[in-house]
Amino acid sequence: MLSVETYQTIAEADAAMGQGGRYLAGGTIVMRAVNYGDQSFHRILRATQPERGIGSDANGVRIGAATTMADILGHADVAFLHPIARLIGGPAIRNMATVGGNLFAQNPYGDMAAALLALDAKVEMSNGQAQPIESFLMDRTHMRGLVNAVSIPRPQPGTFFFRKVSRVKPKGVSVMSVAALLRHGDARVVFGNMAPCPVRTKAAERALASGANPGTLEAACAVCTEGLSPVDDALASAWYRMQVAPVHLRRLFETGKVF
Amino acid sequence: MTSIEFRKDLFADERDDTLKEIGKPTIRQDILGHVTGRTPYYDDHLFDGLLHMRAVRAPHHHAEIRSIDTSAAERMPGVRRVATAKDVPNNLNTLLSLINFGRDDEPLCAHSKVRYLGEAVAWVIADTERQARDAVAQVRVDYAVLPHVLDVEEAIAPNAPVVNEVYPNNTFDYHDKYDHQKLRFGDVNAAFARADHVIEAEYQMSPIEQAPIETCGAIAAPETNDRFVCYTNTQALFFSLGTTAKLLDIASSRLHFVGGTAGGGFGGKVDSIVEPTAVLGALLTGRPVKFAWDRYEEMQVGAPRGGERWRLKDGVMNDGTIIAREFTGFFDSGAYMRLSPYAIIKGTGHLPGPYSIQNVASNVYCCITNRTPATAMRGFGITAVDFAIECQMDRVAEVVGMNPVELRIKNAYRDGDMKAHRRLAKNTALIECCQVAAGKAAWPISSEAAAQSSLQGGGVAERGLIPESVTDEEGKIGERRMGRVASAAPSIHATGRVPAGVQGTATKAVPVQNPDMQIDADRVGHGVDATEPEVSQPALAPQVSHDVRPPWDAPKPIHPAPVVTPPVASPSPVSAPRPAPPYKPAEPFSRGVKRPGSSPFTSGFRRR
Amino acid sequence: MAKTPVTFTLNDAEAALFVDQGAPLIDVLRRGSGDLTPKQGCSQGTCGACTVLIDGVPHLSCLTLADTVQGRHVQTTGGLAEGPDLHPLQTAFMEGFAAQCGFCTSGMLMAAKSLLDRTPNPSRDDVIEAISGNLCRCTGYEPIVDAILTAAAQIQRRPVR
Repeated sequence: MLSVETYQTIAEADAAMGQGGRYLAGGTIVMRAVNYGDQSFHRILRATQPERGIGSDANGVRIGAATTMADILGHADVAFLHPIARLIGGPAIRNMATVGGNLFAQNPYGDMAAALLALDAKVEMSNGQAQPIESFLMDRTHMRGLVNAVSIPRPQPGTFFFRKVSRVKPKGVSVMSVAALLRHGDARVVFGNMAPCPVRTKAAERALASGANPGTLEAACAVCTEGLSPVDDALASAWYRMQVAPVHLRRLFETGKVF
Repeated sequence: MTSIEFRKDLFADERDDTLKEIGKPTIRQDILGHVTGRTPYYDDHLFDGLLHMRAVRAPHHHAEIRSIDTSAAERMPGVRRVATAKDVPNNLNTLLSLINFGRDDEPLCAHSKVRYLGEAVAWVIADTERQARDAVAQVRVDYAVLPHVLDVEEAIAPNAPVVNEVYPNNTFDYHDKYDHQKLRFGDVNAAFARADHVIEAEYQMSPIEQAPIETCGAIAAPETNDRFVCYTNTQALFFSLGTTAKLLDIASSRLHFVGGTAGGGFGGKVDSIVEPTAVLGALLTGRPVKFAWDRYEEMQVGAPRGGERWRLKDGVMNDGTIIAREFTGFFDSGAYMRLSPYAIIKGTGHLPGPYSIQNVASNVYCCITNRTPATAMRGFGITAVDFAIECQMDRVAEVVGMNPVELRIKNAYRDGDMKAHRRLAKNTALIECCQVAAGKAAWPISSEAAAQSSLQGGGVAERGLIPESVTDEEGKIGERRMGRVASAAPSIHATGRVPAGVQGTATKAVPVQNPDMQIDADRVGHGVDATEPEVSQPALAPQVSHDVRPPWDAPKPIHPAPVVTPPVASPSPVSAPRPAPPYKPAEPFSRGVKRPGSSPFTSGFRRR
Repeated sequence: MAKTPVTFTLNDAEAALFVDQGAPLIDVLRRGSGDLTPKQGCSQGTCGACTVLIDGVPHLSCLTLADTVQGRHVQTTGGLAEGPDLHPLQTAFMEGFAAQCGFCTSGMLMAAKSLLDRTPNPSRDDVIEAISGNLCRCTGYEPIVDAILTAAAQIQRRPVR
């Protein structure tokens, strides 16, 4: 038997989570689970005033967890996220789906989370503590606490790359997504939908640490599937994904520059 | 707006041009309902106190059901009834039994074992859909997992697990004799021996889900006249009604089916599963009950177009003439037959494609696997083999170095050609289609090819004749399982010959499987001579002939299987039509009451 | 089962209903309000047949918790026509053969209305993007896109009501 509990703030909802609860933000994940009779929760908790909106300063941007993909598309300060937000769902989904929810989206969803991992975002919890998105994603299945916001260091122009591979255009879920941030002496290369959560591919990062050129890119492509563990689904087999991952990493730097 | 182009230069003599509707845009009569959202789909009929029914589904491809414990589910909030196989009065059916084809092989609800992932093993009926889902999660089924087989050729190997005990060889039994459907026309092996090239290749098409936006569903409710109304999105209303009557052992006259509006179907809404299930729910609860698949069920449980594998072998001369074509086809029927055996017969009639080929042989297998049962979808039985044939044509063109369009025009059938199923081709138009398509695509073809016509050159010499055909008796039912058949392909060892020109004749009728399908002569109701009221064998009515009872007929059936005698070709001694006597039923009509000795479900003739 | 009161505006009329806890908006519209125009196709946000406008922007009513429309304005295809006068989108769909089985049509119309409300003169790509969350398995997309462009032109020529 389901119940719905409505709180004002996300901190109040967090305090009430307890057993059998699931926090509802935009609804695109939780209501789907409700409709299909998910037995892992029987309480829906929601907040009427979650943090929604985008703030920015010289160092970066802060995005409230309840900010929708449509909100991002309407905000010039996060133009580097527009190409990702635009590739998520159709217009109705983008009016509902939130940045905070995307951090918990299971495969084949979660393209924004992959981009945020490449961008070295920090996840701010409702108790005020912040943690790197990488450890957050690794722990997310047994995460306690709710997400309040994410903060992102503003990428330098020409350093952030994103590519989503899908079979249906303009709207289709991911065969995989690939994202990269190239900073001085440091590269972050991320694959989405190629492991239980978006993951960095450290071997490719080492190859690209000195920048992307034909030589380093070839080296990165040769090792980029290390540590990836995709599964078969209706879109593609694991084998196929492993075969084409280097191809899409190469194309990421040919066509995927977004900022 | 797409436009239709009428090429009146082609086949100008074949029809007059007084078409009134074709070629002109006409507003659909249902479109106002669609654009206002008022078209009533099955789920747009509102009932007070509607209950929701959900299935408990097997998590295994193949497993024995040791026990089902529904006690916890029955205690869940809102639950009105939990039902299992024992609640289905006549829990075995095959879809085509309504046209007298095949053996009953599929339960509405699995009992002793499950044969595909997602097969229903129980149902829960509750006040809300959520309560039904919650209770479904509380049904405990103890399974003993069995080895499964998911590949058509592995399924017909001697050591394969038996999927469906009704067909213990994992194949449909064709003509009560073979484990495959045979086609033999000419002598392919002799032709291969003299061909300049022999070209072999394998083609495969995966299962395809129809995926209508509206999933399969039905709402059934008791009416005030001891009937049940059923709103459904079936694509086959009377099929669904007849199937429901049979499975639930209820007179068809007590079923009031309302349909005709489906939110897409594409073949995926003919299997008549949701209707008997919903009516069962209404029977068991006395309340309106909705049974609908969710999207997951539609994709996993809803029958797709079956997967097919085809091996083609062509004998080709250097000039591109195809002198022989051999097919070995495997059709994945899934765990139950449904429409697949029929699809294969349809597909075999289609071989060797729209080409005039003098030697053709095919073996096509309807294979039972632990996959979701297959069903209709847009040209099923034809689509996959057509794909194979046309890929093969391109391959042949490459081998002989010919323009692929010219190769098709060269081999295309023409009016008057004898087809491999021993009927003359008529109204053929492949040559003209190739010519027009080549023109539209700016694909160059020779002036010789451009000058060809379907109306000329057909039926010339051997093209119009049935050749002497070699036959074999390889692949009798059960032989393959005993390891006695080496190959699935048509046998290379001929054991018989059918002389040239022989059409072949039907030697026996299909056995009547279900007694309701047996038409009593006195119930036909027409053509009985008033002066001879005792006439029990009207000229065209089926006759029961005991001395030619086929061996597969049961020794002492309650309803003897009739053997249909074809109409006598010689002129009938009866010169004038006989006036019909007034019809007198053996018993007065009694709506909803089963007539003793007759089956309760639909006959299509009259209400019982 | 405990029920929650929800009041909202449905196509310019007040709606006040008691809803099952956890029920999606589509159930409340269809079974509660009797507005049968949103269609249930997938219950998972894939097909778009249940698209409605909430405060003017498209939402999927199958994934919208009914409680969250409290005090908001919901528009469905049921409110598209004005009395006997069809909305130009409806007329264009009708005359342009933009519906076959009709099951996706309600959602298509709402997605299209949202586009035309914001972008009176859309490009073909704008239209394709606007209906990208709506599936038509009869695959009649081209006539649908044409009809939406036709309706846009129609609305432009004459003052919007």
